Amino acid sequence: MITAVEYHRSPLRFASARAASGRISARLGATFSSAVTGSLAPLRLVTLPEPRRPGPDWARVRPRLSGICGKDLALLAARSSPYLSPLVSMPFVPGHEVVGELLDDVDGLAAGTRVVIDPVLCCVARDVEMCAHCAAGHESRCDHVTAGTVSAGLQTGFCGDTGGGWSGMLVAHRRQIHAVPETLPDRRAVLVEPMACAVHTVRRAEIADGASVVIVGAGTVGLLVLLALREFAAPGQVYVVAKHAHQADRARTLGATDVVEPRRAARVLRRATGGSLQTPEHGSDFLLGGVDVAIECTGGSGLDSALRLVRAGGRVVLAGMPSSRVDLTPLWYRELTLVGAYASDSGGADRHADFVDAISLADAAALDGYVDAVYALGQWREAIGHAQEAGRLGSVKVAFDPTRD
Amino acid sequence: MSRPGFVLEVDERTPPVLIHRGEGFGVERFPLGTHVVYPPDSLPAVRDIDAAIALALQHPHGTDPLRELLTPSTRLTVVIDDICTPAPSMRAPDIRQRVVEAVLEIAAEQQVDDVELVAANGLQRRMTAAELRHLVGERVYGSFTPDRLHNHDAEDRANLVGIGATDAGHDVEINRRVAESDLVVHVSVVTSAIAGNCRSLAARIASYATVRDENAYATAHPGSDDAPAADRLGVVLERQVPIFVVEATLDHGDSARQLAFLGKREWEWSLRDQAAYVGVKRLNDLGPGRVRHRIWQHAQASYGVTAVCAGRPAEVRARTLETLHRQQLTEVDGQSDVVVFGLPSASASSVNSIMNPILAMSLGLGVYFNSFRGRPLLRPGGALILYHPMQQQFHPVHHPSYIDFFEEVLAETTDPATIASKYQDQFAGDEWYRHLYRNSYAFHGAHPFLMWYLGARALAHAGDIICVGADRPTASRLGFRTASTLADALEMASGKVGRSPSIAYLHGAPNTIADVR
Repeated sequence: MITAVEYHRSPLRFASARAASGRISARLGATFSSAVTGSLAPLRLVTLPEPRRPGPDWARVRPRLSGICGKDLALLAARSSPYLSPLVSMPFVPGHEVVGELLDDVDGLAAGTRVVIDPVLCCVARDVEMCAHCAAGHESRCDHVTAGTVSAGLQTGFCGDTGGGWSGMLVAHRRQIHAVPETLPDRRAVLVEPMACAVHTVRRAEIADGASVVIVGAGTVGLLVLLALREFAAPGQVYVVAKHAHQADRARTLGATDVVEPRRAARVLRRATGGSLQTPEHGSDFLLGGVDVAIECTGGSGLDSALRLVRAGGRVVLAGMPSSRVDLTPLWYRELTLVGAYASDSGGADRHADFVDAISLADAAALDGYVDAVYALGQWREAIGHAQEAGRLGSVKVAFDPTRD
Repeated sequence: MSRPGFVLEVDERTPPVLIHRGEGFGVERFPLGTHVVYPPDSLPAVRDIDAAIALALQHPHGTDPLRELLTPSTRLTVVIDDICTPAPSMRAPDIRQRVVEAVLEIAAEQQVDDVELVAANGLQRRMTAAELRHLVGERVYGSFTPDRLHNHDAEDRANLVGIGATDAGHDVEINRRVAESDLVVHVSVVTSAIAGNCRSLAARIASYATVRDENAYATAHPGSDDAPAADRLGVVLERQVPIFVVEATLDHGDSARQLAFLGKREWEWSLRDQAAYVGVKRLNDLGPGRVRHRIWQHAQASYGVTAVCAGRPAEVRARTLETLHRQQLTEVDGQSDVVVFGLPSASASSVNSIMNPILAMSLGLGVYFNSFRGRPLLRPGGALILYHPMQQQFHPVHHPSYIDFFEEVLAETTDPATIASKYQDQFAGDEWYRHLYRNSYAFHGAHPFLMWYLGARALAHAGDIICVGADRPTASRLGFRTASTLADALEMASGKVGRSPSIAYLHGAPNTIADVR
C-alpha cells in the first residue's frame, strides 16, 4: 500500500474551490483565498494499493520529489477549462514533475537508477497503433490519450491507472523514463519536466535571430523559458514582465534585457520598440508597434497582456495553460499568430528530444534555490497554499517529498 | 505708494504663517528667529488699460510708433505668449486680448491685409480652441481661425526656416511665418522677474533642434553665468525681422473676496479673514479630491495691469524688470542655513492640467530657488525644505513623456548631466511623443528634461532637500527625503546645518524675490 494525495470527483468541493478562488480572492485578497482554496480543493490524503504495471515496458518509480505546477493549481482552484475533462480519469493522483528512483529493471535501466519522467502518455506508452503526430515525433499532440492499455489521461498525474508524483509510487513506460546524471541533484532534476516544456515553447515560438521578445510572467515557466530562450534561440532584446522583486532579480540573472512590472509593461515596451501607446475606454493599454514575439507564461491574465504588447503580424505563444477569459480583438485586428506550446516532444529525427535537452540544461544552469519549499504529503494543504502564493513568498517551485513522513 | 517688502523675524507674538501645500494650504509655526520674507505690496493697477495700451503703442521705446511701422503691404505677424503665464490664468478679458485687439485695430486703419496670429507655445502643449479663445477673445478668434491663428509647432519641418546662427555657432530655425514677416508684434505678459524667467520670443517660436542646442543643460537653468541662451537667439531673430514688443506686467493677482487672506500678512488678518481661512481650509480639506483638483488647476484670478510697455525688445525688457522689481524685490540680509518654500499646485506647465511631481520639483528648485537677486537665499550646502504632497499623478494627455521620464529616467539617475547625455535625444526623437505634441495636446517629449534642468542649480547648491508631507516613494524617486512635520525636517537636516540653523521662509513666492546682500 502507498500513501497518496488523490484528486477525486466532488461537485461540492469543486464549486467551493471555484467560489473561493474567485469571489473570496476578489473580496478578501489572494493570501486568504489561497488558504481557503487549499482546504476546499477536492483532494484527499489516502492509502492506495500500489499501481500495477500495464505491460512489460513499464516500471515502478518511487518519487523522491514531485513539483506543484500551475496546471495543478488551476485544477485545484477549479479554474481550469472543462475542455480537458474527458482527457483525465478520476480519481487520479496528481504530480507530473517527478524525480524518482526506479524500482524495476527496464530495458537498459537498472532498478535503483535515479530518473525523471516525461509525463506525456502517447501511443507508444499506450501500446496502440501510432497516430500521425506520434509518428512525426510530436507526442504531445497524440490523438490516442484516451485509448490503449491505460485509462484516459493526457499525462502521468492526470491518469487514474499510472498514479502520479504526489504519492509513494507510480508506474511509467520506458519511453517516459530518463536517467538523471549524477551531477544533477534532485532539487534541480525535478525542474527537468518544466524545463522540457520551456525548451518546447521556445521551439514552437520559432524566434528569428535578433527578434524582440517579451516573456509575460516570471514564475517557474517564465524563468525557464527565458533560460531556454538564451540557449536555443538568438533573440535580440528579451523583456520579462515580473510581478515580484525576487522574480525580477532571477530574470536579470538569466539574461533578461529588462524586467518590468505588469502595470508598466506597455509603456516600457513602447519606449523600447517604438510605436504608440493606446488607451481604450475599458481594459488595459495596448501598443501599435510592440515586440515581435510574446510568450505567455502565467496561465492567467498574461495572455491579455501578451496580445496587447505584440506588433501587428507578431506571434503570441501560450506556454501556460489558459485559465481566464481574454479579449481576442487584438488577435483579429493585429493579425497575430497564436501558438500553443504544450508539454514536450521528441521532435522526430531532426533534433534532440526536448526532454534530453532539458536534462542537459538543468544540469548546466544555475538553478540552485529554485526549489526552496518541500513538503511531506501529509502537509498537502500547506503545500498547496504555499504554491498558490509562491511569488509573493519569494519561492519559485514548491514540491512534495513523498519519502518524508 | 505701495508698501515695500519686509523681513519678519519670528518671535513669541508672531502668529502662525500661511504656507501652501499643493492643492491645499495651512499655517505653520516657525521656530523663533526664522526670517519670513514678504514681498512688497502690489503696485497700483492701471485704471484705464485700453488707454495705457494705446499710449504704449503710440510712444514705444527705441522705435517708431506702431502705426508708422505699418503700410498696406506689410506682412504682419502678431505673436502671443501662451497660457503658461500667468498661473493661475487671468480672468477674461485677458490682457493679451486687449493688446491684440488694439494692434489689429491699428493694422486695419493702416489697411494691412496680410495679418496672422501665432501662439508662442514653444515646446509647451498646443492650446485648445477654448484656451485660444480665452487668450485672444471671441472676436479675434472668430475672425482668424482656422487659417490665420495657429499654435507654433517646433517639429513642423515644412514651416520652420533657418535664419542664421548664434555666436555659439548653432543654427537657428524659427517659425516660417514669423521669419518671412515684415514686422512681428510680440504680445507678452510677464509676472515674475526671477532670473531667466523672461524667455525671449525666439525660444518660443524656434524648432526643437534650436532649443536643444541653445537650451542645453549647461545653460538652461536660470541664474547661469553663461550668456542666456534666449538672448543669443533673440539677437539672431532681430537680425532677421523687426520685432515690436508689447509687454504687460501684472500685480500679485486678486483672488475672490473669500480668499483675500491669501494676499495679506497674517498679523493683519481681520476676524473675517480668520473665519474665511478656517472655513475655506476646512472645505478644501474635506472636499472630494476631484473637485479640489478642478478648483486649483482650473482657477482663474483677476489681475491688475501695473504697466504696459512697448518698443524694441531690449529696452522694453529693462523697463519691465524695473517695474517687477519694485513689486517683488525684498532686501534680505545674508543667506540662510535652511530655506523653506510652500509650493502651490500652480505652475506654468500645469495650467488646466495636473501638477505632477516633476513640475513640483521644477517649481521648487527651478522657480522658487531662483527667486533671488545677487546670490541664492540658501547658503551653499544648506537645507531646502519644500511643502508639497508630491503625489504620483500625471496628466496622460498633456504629460505622456513625463510619465516615462519619472518611471524610467529618474529610476536610474537624478543627475541632470547624465540625464541630458543619455536620455534627452531618445525622448526628443521618440515618434510617439512627437506625434502627440503635434497632433494632440501633449508637451514635447523633451519638455520634462528642460523642467528638470531648471532645478539643476539648486540640486548642486543644496546639501539636503526635504519634502514635508510628500508621498515618500515619489519624493524618493526625485532624490528627496521626506518628513511629516517641519520639526522632523529640521531634525533630519541637523546633520548638515546643525541644531540652531538660520531659517528663512520665502512667503508669497514667486512674487517675492530675495535681494540677498
